[in-house]
Formats: sequence, C-alpha cells, structure tokens
Amino acid sequence: MDFLMGHLLSWILFLPTIAALVLLLLPDRPGLLRWYTLVASLLPFVLTLVAWANFQTGQPGFQLEEQATWYSAINASYHVGVDGISLPMVLLTTLLMPLAILASFSVKERIKTYMFLFLLLETGMLGVFLALDLMLFFVFWEIGLVPMYFLIAQWGSANRNYASLKFVLYTMGGSLGLLLAIQLIGVVSGTFDLPLLFERWPGLDSGTLLGLPVGTVKSIAFWAFVIAFAIKVPVWPFHTWLPDAHTEAPTAGSMILAGVLLKLGAYGFLRLVLPLYPVESHNFAGWLAALGAAAIIFGAWSAYGQTDFKRLVAYSSINHMGFVVLGIAAAAWVLGTQDAAIALNGAVLQMFNHGLSAAGMFFLVGVIYERTHTRDLTRYGGLFSLIPIYGGVLIFTAMGSLGLPGLGGFVSEFLVVRGAWPVFTLATALSMIGLFFTGAYILKALKMVLHGPLNEQWRGHLPEMNARELLVIAPLVVLMLVIGLWPAWLLDMINRAVVMFF
Amino acid sequence: METPIFTPSMVLAILPEICLIILAGLVLMADLLFRHRKERDLGLLTFAGLAITAGINLIYARPGLVPDLAFGGMLRLDWATYVFRTIFLVGAAISVLFTLDGEKRIRGGAFYLLLIIATIGMNLMAAAADLILLYLAIETTSIPLYVLSGALVKDPKSTEAGIKYMLFGAFTSAIMLYGFSLLYGFTGTTQLYALKDLLDAGQFSIFALAAVAMLVLVGFAFKISAVPFHFWAPDVYEGAPTPVAGYLSTASKAAGFAVLLRFLNVVFPDLYPSWVLVALLSVGSMIFGNVLALTQRNIKRLLAYSSIAQAGYMLIGVATATELGNTAAIFYLMSYLVTNLAAFGIVLIIGRTLGSDEIADYAGLSRRSPGLALALLVALLSLGGVPPFAGFIGKLFVFAAAVQANMIWLALIGIINSIIALYYYLVVLKVVWLNRSDHEQEAMPVTRPWALAVVVCVAGMLLLGTLFSPWYQWAMQAATAF
Amino acid sequence: MNFPILSFTIFIPLLAGLLILCYPRDRVTWPRVTAVAAAALTFLLTILVYVNYDIAQGGYQFIEKVPWMPIWDISYHVGVDGISAPLLLMAGVVLFCGSAVSWNVSDRPREFYAFLMFLGTSVLGVFASLDLFQLFFFFELAIFPKYLMIVIWGSPKTREYGAMKLTLYLFIGSVFALIGVLAIVFLSGANTFDLLLLEKAGFDTAFQQLWFPFVFFGFAVLAAIFPVHSWAPDGHVAAPTAVSMMLAGVEMKVGAFAALRVGIMLLPEGARVWAPLILALATINVVYGALIALVQTDFKYVIGFSSVSHMGLVMIGFATLNRDGLLGSGLQMFSHGVMTALFFSVVGMVYDRAHTRDIPQLGGLFQKMPAAAVAFIVAGLVSMGMPGFSGFIAEFPIFMGAWQVAPIVAIIAVLGVLITAGYIFLVIRRVFFGDLRPELAHVSDVSLLDKISMGILVVLMIALGVFPSLMYPMIQSGVNYILALVGGA
Repeated sequence: MDFLMGHLLSWILFLPTIAALVLLLLPDRPGLLRWYTLVASLLPFVLTLVAWANFQTGQPGFQLEEQATWYSAINASYHVGVDGISLPMVLLTTLLMPLAILASFSVKERIKTYMFLFLLLETGMLGVFLALDLMLFFVFWEIGLVPMYFLIAQWGSANRNYASLKFVLYTMGGSLGLLLAIQLIGVVSGTFDLPLLFERWPGLDSGTLLGLPVGTVKSIAFWAFVIAFAIKVPVWPFHTWLPDAHTEAPTAGSMILAGVLLKLGAYGFLRLVLPLYPVESHNFAGWLAALGAAAIIFGAWSAYGQTDFKRLVAYSSINHMGFVVLGIAAAAWVLGTQDAAIALNGAVLQMFNHGLSAAGMFFLVGVIYERTHTRDLTRYGGLFSLIPIYGGVLIFTAMGSLGLPGLGGFVSEFLVVRGAWPVFTLATALSMIGLFFTGAYILKALKMVLHGPLNEQWRGHLPEMNARELLVIAPLVVLMLVIGLWPAWLLDMINRAVVMFF
Repeated sequence: METPIFTPSMVLAILPEICLIILAGLVLMADLLFRHRKERDLGLLTFAGLAITAGINLIYARPGLVPDLAFGGMLRLDWATYVFRTIFLVGAAISVLFTLDGEKRIRGGAFYLLLIIATIGMNLMAAAADLILLYLAIETTSIPLYVLSGALVKDPKSTEAGIKYMLFGAFTSAIMLYGFSLLYGFTGTTQLYALKDLLDAGQFSIFALAAVAMLVLVGFAFKISAVPFHFWAPDVYEGAPTPVAGYLSTASKAAGFAVLLRFLNVVFPDLYPSWVLVALLSVGSMIFGNVLALTQRNIKRLLAYSSIAQAGYMLIGVATATELGNTAAIFYLMSYLVTNLAAFGIVLIIGRTLGSDEIADYAGLSRRSPGLALALLVALLSLGGVPPFAGFIGKLFVFAAAVQANMIWLALIGIINSIIALYYYLVVLKVVWLNRSDHEQEAMPVTRPWALAVVVCVAGMLLLGTLFSPWYQWAMQAATAF
Repeated sequence: MNFPILSFTIFIPLLAGLLILCYPRDRVTWPRVTAVAAAALTFLLTILVYVNYDIAQGGYQFIEKVPWMPIWDISYHVGVDGISAPLLLMAGVVLFCGSAVSWNVSDRPREFYAFLMFLGTSVLGVFASLDLFQLFFFFELAIFPKYLMIVIWGSPKTREYGAMKLTLYLFIGSVFALIGVLAIVFLSGANTFDLLLLEKAGFDTAFQQLWFPFVFFGFAVLAAIFPVHSWAPDGHVAAPTAVSMMLAGVEMKVGAFAALRVGIMLLPEGARVWAPLILALATINVVYGALIALVQTDFKYVIGFSSVSHMGLVMIGFATLNRDGLLGSGLQMFSHGVMTALFFSVVGMVYDRAHTRDIPQLGGLFQKMPAAAVAFIVAGLVSMGMPGFSGFIAEFPIFMGAWQVAPIVAIIAVLGVLITAGYIFLVIRRVFFGDLRPELAHVSDVSLLDKISMGILVVLMIALGVFPSLMYPMIQSGVNYILALVGGA
C-alpha cells in the first residue's frame, strides 16, 4: 500500500501502459478484450479519486511529487506532480477514458490493436498533465500523437488518410518550435526541471544568450511555445487540422480529441507560457485575446455553415476553446490581479466543461451515425418522435455546450467573460456576440436532427439508445449538471491553485 | 694490396649461379638422354632444382652485414643481391610450375634451359657492380627472354611478340650502352662504386650528367616497362606463352628495378634531374597504364597495362630517393611477384580450359570453379591495393614514402590512379562473379602443380599482407645495402 | 581480465568465414548455421564487452597490444572506450540479425556468408582499433565483401551501377584519408601509429588545419556527408538485405567513427577551424536527404535517403565539439544503426515476398505480415525522433549542442524531423495499410527467425528510449575523454 501511495501518480500514469502490454498477451476474444480494457481504464480513474482525496487544497506548490534520475546527462529527470490546475485535467482524462472505451464497444475490427492504442494514448495525455520536467513534458506531448494518428488512420471514416496525416504533421510541425525552445531553455539554464525553471528563467533579463540579446531570445522561445500550443488548442487561424481530424476520427477518438487533446494546448499555456514568460505574455496578450475572440466568432460562423453533423460539432470546439484562450489572454495582461484570477478560473473550468460537453456531443453524433450511416444533417429530420430518449439527451448535452444557465458551460463562460471584460472590453464584447451565434448553430443542429418533418426513410430502422450508450453519456450529463449547480467543489481547488501559482 | 686470385668467398658470392649452371647442365643432359620420357619430368626437375637453389641461396648465400665486393669488384654480395636473387628464384620456380601443364608446344628442354639462363642473368644483374658485367648480365637475361617470348613458333602473335621484344630490347640496350660508354669516358673506370667519386671530382656539367643518366635510364625503363618505353609490353604479354608473360612481368621487372635502384643510389645519388626523370616516368606509367587498361577486353592485355601502371607505383618509391622509398619499392616488388604470378597463372589455367583470354569469356567462373574465382579475386584485389592482401601494404608503403619525402603531389597522383585501377579490376571480378554462361556446369581441371603454385601465391599475398613486418625488414636491409 | 575478448570478438567472424569457404559445395545448410552461430557468439561477446566496461574508470579498456611492425611502431592494438563499446554492440547485433534474416540465401551461400562474416570482422576491427594503421587496415578490408555482395546478390536492376559507385566513392574517400593518415604519422614527426600516443602528440595548429579535411572528409564519405552522399542510397538499394543492414547500419557508422577518432580526436585544432563547414554540409544532409526521401517511390530508396538525412545529425553533433552534441552523436550512431538495420530488414522481407519495391504497387501488407509492419512502424518512430524511442534521446542532445554553437543549424535541421515524419507516415500508410492488392494475396508471413531478429532490434530501441541511462553514462565517459583532447567547450 505504501508503494502504491508513494508512487500514486506513477501508477496513474503507467497503469494504462502496463495494461496495454498485458493486453497484447490476451487471447483474441472480443468480449474479453473489451471488458478487460474497460476495467483497466477504470483503475487510473479510481486512483485519481484517491489522489483527489489526498490532495491538500490549501497547500501551495506541487503535491504528490516524485522524482527519479532519467537522463542526467542533459539534466532531465523523471519528475511528476500535480497542483490544482493539473489535477482536474487528470480527472477529466481518467474519467473520459473509460467512457470512450465503453463507447468503442461497437468497434468490430482489430479490437486488440485499437484498445492497445487507446491505453497508450491515455498514458501520453496523462504524462503531459503530470510532468514537472520540460523534457518529460515534451516526451508525452509527442508520444500521444502516435496512437491518435493510427486511431484516425485505421478506424476513421472515408477521408481518414488525409485527415490523419494533416493532424500529425500540423501538430508535429507545431511542436518543432516547442522542441527547439525547450532545447534552448535547457542549454541556457542547464535544467529542465519546471519548479527550478519557474524560479530561474523569467528572471533572466540582462546580457546576451548565444550572441543575441536575452529579450530577443526569450521572445523567439515564447513564440515557439505559443505556436505549438496554439495549434493544439487550436487557436484561429491554426485550426484547420481540427475539423478534418475530428470528423474523420472514430467516435471514441473524437471524444478524446475534443475532450482531452485540445486541453493539452490550453494546459500548455497555463503551465508553461504564463509562468515562464510573464513579460512576453503581457506584451502579446492583446493579440492572443483578438485571436480568442476570432476563434469564438469564426468558429461559430463556420459551425453554422456546416451540413455535416460531426463537422458542426468539430467547429463548435474551436468556438468554445476560444473562451479558454480569451481567459488566458486576459489573465496574461493583468497577471496577479483579481480579474486575472477570475479569468483563469473560468478558463480552467471551461476546459473541464468543454471536455465533458464535447465528448458528449461527439458521442451522440457517433450514436446517430452508427444507426443511419450518414452525418448529413439534411438527411435527418423529426427524429425526436422515433428516438425520444436520444433526443432528450442530445438536447440536454447541446444546452450544456451552449452555456445554458444551470449547466456547467454557463459558469465557466460567465467567469471568463467577467474576468476579461475589464481587461479586453472590445474582444469580450465581440465574444458575447459570438455566443449568440453559438446558440444559433446549436439550435440549427437540434432543429435539423430532431424536429421538422420526419424523414420517412428512418421509420422503423432507428433503434433507441441502448443501455451501454446511456451508461456512457450518463456520467457526462450528471457532471454537467453538478458543475452547473454546485461548481464550488471544483472551483475551490482551481481557484486556490490559480491564486497561489500566479 | 694484392688481392688473392681466388678465395672461398668468391664461390659463396656466386653460389646460386653455380647451382643454376649445374641445373642447366642437368636439364640439358636429361633432355638429350631421356628424349622419350615425358617433358613433364624435365619441368619437375627444373622446379626442384630452382627450389633447391632458392633454399641454398636463402641459407648459404646470406650476406654478412658488410657488403662484399668479389671478383675484383665485378660482383657485390649484399642484402640487395640476396633479396633480389630470392625474388628471381621464387619467380622462376613458380613460373615453371605453371609451365608444367601449360601450352604443350613449349614444354621442351630448351624452354627450361632458357628460363634458367635468364634467371642466371637476372641474378648477375642484381649483383653486378661493374658496368661491363652489368651489360653482360642484362643481355644474358634479355636474349633468352626474347626467345621465350617467341616460343610458340606456330602462333604468329607469339612470333611477333618475340621479334618486337627483341627489336625494342636491342634498341634500348644500345642507347644504354652508349650511356655506359660515356660514363667510362668521363671517368675511366667501369666500377660502379668508384664512379661517383670520380664524377664528383671531375666536376662535370649537370647537363652532361643528366644526359648520361637519361641514356642509362632508357635501358632500365625498358626492362621495367615504364612509359614511354612500354610499347612492347602489351603485345609481348599477349603473344608470349602465359607463364613467360608472368615471368617477364615479375622477375624481369624486378631485375630492372634491381639495377635501377643500385645505379641511381650508387652512381647518381645527388643528381637531382635523374630523380625528376624517375618521378616523371612514374607519373607517366601510372596514368598511361591505368587509363589504357580501362579499355582492354583481353585479360592478358589488361594485366600488361596494369603491370605498366604497377611499375609506376614502384617508381614512386624510387623517386623519393629516401631509404623508406627504396624499401617500399623493394617490398612492392616482393608483393607484386606473388600477386602478378598468381594473376598470370590463373589466367593460364582458365585459358587452357576456355581457349580464350577474353574477359567476357570469364562469365560464370565463380560457379564453375569457386576456388579459382576466389584466387583470382585475391590476386586482382591485391593488384588493386585492397587489404588484407600484399598489394595494399606495398601501396601503403610507397605512398608513405612519398608523403614522408613531402612529395604529396606524387602520392595524390598515385592515389587517383589506384582508384582508376580498382575500377577495372572490379569489372573483371564482376564478370567472374555476376555474369552467367552456358558452361557453368563443366569442370575446370586444375592440376596439382598449378594448385600448388596458386596456393603458394595466395598464401604469399596473405602473408605479405598481414605479417608484413619481417619482409619489410628484408626490404629495408636490401635498400640500405646499395 | 586476461581473456582476449576483443580479439575473439573481431576474429570469430573471420574464422567462421574462412571455415565456411572450406565447406563442400553441396552442403547448403552448413554455411548458414555456422554464420548465424558465429554471429550469435560475436553478439554475445559484444554484450559482454559492453556490460563489463567499467564506466567509473573510463578511458580505453580491454586493451590488447601485440607488435605488428615495430620499426614503424605499428601494432595490433585493440581496446574500447565509451564511444566504441556501444558501436561494437551495435555491430554485433546487426551482424547477428543480418545473418539471421539472410537464412534463405540460396545462390552460392558459402561465398555469401563468408563475405558477410568478413564484413563483420572489418567493422568490429575498426571500432576496436587503437592503432591508426590497424584502423585503416580494417577499414579497407570491407571493400571487397561489399562490392562482391552487392554485385552478386544485389537487386538485378541497379547492382552493377550501385556496387561500382559505392566502391569507388568509398575508395576515393579512403585513399584521401590514407594520405592524411600518412601525413599525421610521417610529416608531423610523430613516427608512430599508436593512437594513444598520437592523441597526445600535440601537432602544431597549421599542420592540423591543413590535414584535418583529408582525414575527416575522407572518412566522412563513408558517413555519406553531402555532397558525396549519393553512393549511399544507390548502394543501399542495390545491396542484398543483410548488406544493406550492415552498410547503412554499421558501415556508415564506421565512417563517422573513423572521422571522429582520427579527424577530431587527433586534430582538434583542425576540427575547430573546419567545424562551420561540417555544420553547413551536415545540415544540408539532414534537410536535403529528408526531402529527397519524401519524393521517392521506391520503398528502399526512401530508407536509403533517410540514412543520409540521419547521418547528417551525427555529423552536426560532431561538429559542435561540445558535450551535448558529441553525446547525442554517440547515441545517434547506435540508435540509427539499430533502426536502419531494422528498416532494411523489413524492406527486404517485403521485397522477398511481394517481389516489388514500388510503393504504389504495395499496400495492405499489415494483414499479411503484422510483425514486420509493427517493426517498421517502431523504426519509423525512432527515425522521426519520437520521444520514448532511442532516436529522441539521441537527437535531443544533438540539437542542444547545436544551439550552443550555431542556433541557425538547430532551426534548419529540425525541419528534417518534420519532413521525416511526413515520409515515414506516408510510407507506412501506403505499404502496410490501405487495401491489399490482389497480386499480394499470396504473400506469406515472416519466419520465426525474422521475428526474433526484428524483436531484438525493436526492444533495443525502446529500452534505450525509455531508459537512456542504459547507455548515456558510457557514452558520456567517452565524450569526456574526447573533450579532454579537444580542450573544453
């Protein structure tokens, strides 16, 4: 037990990998493989709850830290730990993963490889949230790409080849700058350890590095970080990979992509960009806010223009992640003030909320797609009468996504807007207009799927959601409601971390 | 001081030659007495005799540390003589082994007799310390070789080779003799070891000396087939019986080098133009030899051009005019001896079965006779200068000598040439190993003497290529003995 | 330790090769069994060397010295340091896997295995050499096995051209290196071939600057430095599988290693002056090689050009002359050796079964040979420097080293990583996924021996990527030694 508790985060991090390796040895029986993977993915979730329980909210700094020698030749070590920002993200990941796996029970071909890749993906994502070493961060940052690439390329829909390659090259291209900047930081400060870097790196402001003024070098490194994370979030105009990847990915892949992978970028801003480059962040916050607002508006417009259900949901992610960016930008401008804290609270909570709602939406798109084999909104219509449970769940989730008061999305978007208003009034005002379009496209989608004249083609061919599918969506629906009504349990943790960290 | 007319050391000085003369007599008598017996036995007798002579030479004719001038300064028994004699005797013995089952028409007593006499001549060339003996030795070597080259009397190519060789030889040796006579005229002595001091004392113009050196070098350059005195070589090698070609390209060339080295180091050590001439000969030989070899389709002609180029590499060593350079040249000669004998020997063996020396006809050889193919591989790679074979070490030494003498340009030319050379050797190997033929299943007979000779040569190449230190010592002792 | 382990390592393949040549012609299994057994034994010995190397002590170990030619101070002198011990291990594993995947060679198997073993002795000998002459001797020893193996067993279309080009390019490089070597020994007045003495000879600066390019670029031809890289793709493609593995995996490292040991370690002042040029050329290697690989339609050419690209990174690491760069290069040499051997073995397996290497004619092979596909994917991930695999822990320090001397190099070279990801993903998709073409329906899975050898290579790469401490302390000790010679930085 001591061993377990002493290395809790390592267990959470590597249990999926171990499970994946064991999976390879199992016989090729679909049922066994599915249930095994589900159980295996529940273990990290349980351990995350244990970690949550052991987390001291009032304490500053990182907790449950572990450190071990890894690559001392370049001063990189295995260093993991959590704080109030990363722990909710870990929870989100470990929560969504069993749901995604449950949603994947409908996958028929090459189950073993599929599940194997999913488990590896989990380790990759968790590693990013847990890493307290810059090099380790990058390791996990990149490693998650590979399973995702194969998931899209192998189990995706028609245009998967193009989409998967675009996804992987965009993201890798973005991370090249990150790689270079990380190396630069390593060379200059002689360490990759994040707590140490937080102390040393921002303070460097005089003299020259590598023959250039420090300011220039830091600006270059700052932009390298920003571009990498901006592509991942994705911030408009770096978003073009996203609709393709999300649309072509298998359902569970889209859930994880939208639910967790996009958060990696935003998390990168919070964990690395703001603490390491407070000055540069401040200088460029205006640009970032503008991009955030642009993402909100253009994301909404683009979503409205879609006739492909999945693509519509994909664009909605751009729209919603815009709020995260806006919150971060506002915080960057006035770091340390109350407005900043509110905006950051909103941003982190929005990450969590969007994780829930986007995963839910993609899942629901998957459910209808599996039945109709089309994603074309014009071919649906009036389905509410055929599948009322599905209709109800879809409306609920869509409302959560829309930001209906009483559901999670409202709380976080309100906080972001509240924090950003005094800082970037114009951008925030524009974003509010964008919110109007959000309502428009969501309602459009609901109308085209559920209401209007019934497309007779589906009568009798459209079974209701089954128990497994309900089991997938239920936790998401419940959490959306809980956060909407009583956000304090989560906000408290986030808020303290934000206040102490920045 | 009165020198005694006869001393035991004088016998020792010409012990191998005495043995060879006895052997020649034996061969002659056996040829007369046992006319009806197979000629093969004569060959075996010759081989045995040569081998025994080589052994006697190695054991009894070993010179002391102090060089010994015998017969009133005619002969000089030193390490150079010793090493070169060994080269000649080994070369002759191996050539005889190849002849045993070679071209039928030449396997008579006369052939072996002439070969032995040529060897005697070479021994004397290496030992000669007097202009007159030197000239006599050169002619004693050359005349039997002219005959041997034309030994295939019914083959017009062979006859042409003999005549051509003789005409060129006579012409160049006349020029050389003219040079000798000028030397005598300048100094009044024929003693090699006295010439230098007298030349220095005479204070002759450098142009006059250079002219003399040039005349003399013509004769030597002919023997070593250096460009531009190489014209005879391809035709003679192609036309002459293959073992003779092998013998010509190795032992005869070594004899040429023996006198060249001795002459240059003893008579003209300080005459700068003579070394420049040697360097030019070297460059010319390498470039012409290699470039012309590229276009050859006949393996014997290819080997002929390659042997011209090889003389060029050896001349690099000579041209450096350093102890290391001379050592390298002598070592190169040793490695070249086993290498080229093997190459010609294998060409002979293959030619006997194929009835052709065209490279294209070598297709499928590696399937037909893997052993021979491997031996050819070793020989050609050794010629190309690839480890772990003798040629690599030889090249390394001459290039090292050039670098050490700060003649980087010469080393670079040598190196560029060795690249060209590797190309055409590889082309032959490609034909042997890659191309297919219709006769792959037919056996290729290799008689025992041939097998022995090839194995000895391959072993020699490997030995010189890996455990080169003792042989280098030999070469060095020879190089310092002039 | 009194047991002459390095000599055994070097000469076991040679003896096995000679033995194989003596077998009767009609015994077709004897040669392959002997070769695989000898290679396995060699592999085992290289593991022993690697494991028993005392990192704390550092320096050269397992030294054996026998006079070879005392007059010139040439000796048979072997020993390994932190750089060469991993390379020795890499040569051992590639030799073993190369022999194992060649199990089905049926045309003149005696010669094939004998030459392969000679090639093994050559590369092992170079890595263990502490004598300049011996290093060169073993270096050149590889010429004829390489040429003949490509010509005889290579791919029919290009083998003559590829083999000749390769041999002549490498020969040209090595003879220039030879001039440099001779100059180091004879012109400097050192008059010894002993590397340990030459390292400390302290040649004067002008001398070093003059002769450095001869040795460095001479040897670097074998590492395929731009613009003399073009032998590599042609040669690799023309060669039979095992030779491609040895060539790209080990031989290119032999070139890099010799350039390091003779060029940089003996002539550090020269290296300092010429480093900018090397950096520039190597950067071209990285980007240009990757770009050309991107547009190839021949499966094997893709990998051939990828080697050019990756060796550029090794050269960049060398030219930084600092701790990080050299450390990365040491790791990259090992990692790339293992990776590219795996690449070529998979390419060979695909070709043997599909009888084509034209990418448009391949597809869906994952269904037929999943193990090979997975191995290829792993190698691909290593190749694109994916974290968690050995390529990453090797490339990362190289870039860190480059930042310290020439940031622009790091910035340009990193593009190579992205392009690599592009062509690797494309190739994986086109060859192993997509629809299986009807012509390929007969394709069979790979053999157990193939799987074992691929498995060894895969495990090595992942183990090194996850636990870099398996190797970096050793290479670090080697790098420290080099830095002491080069003088700080």
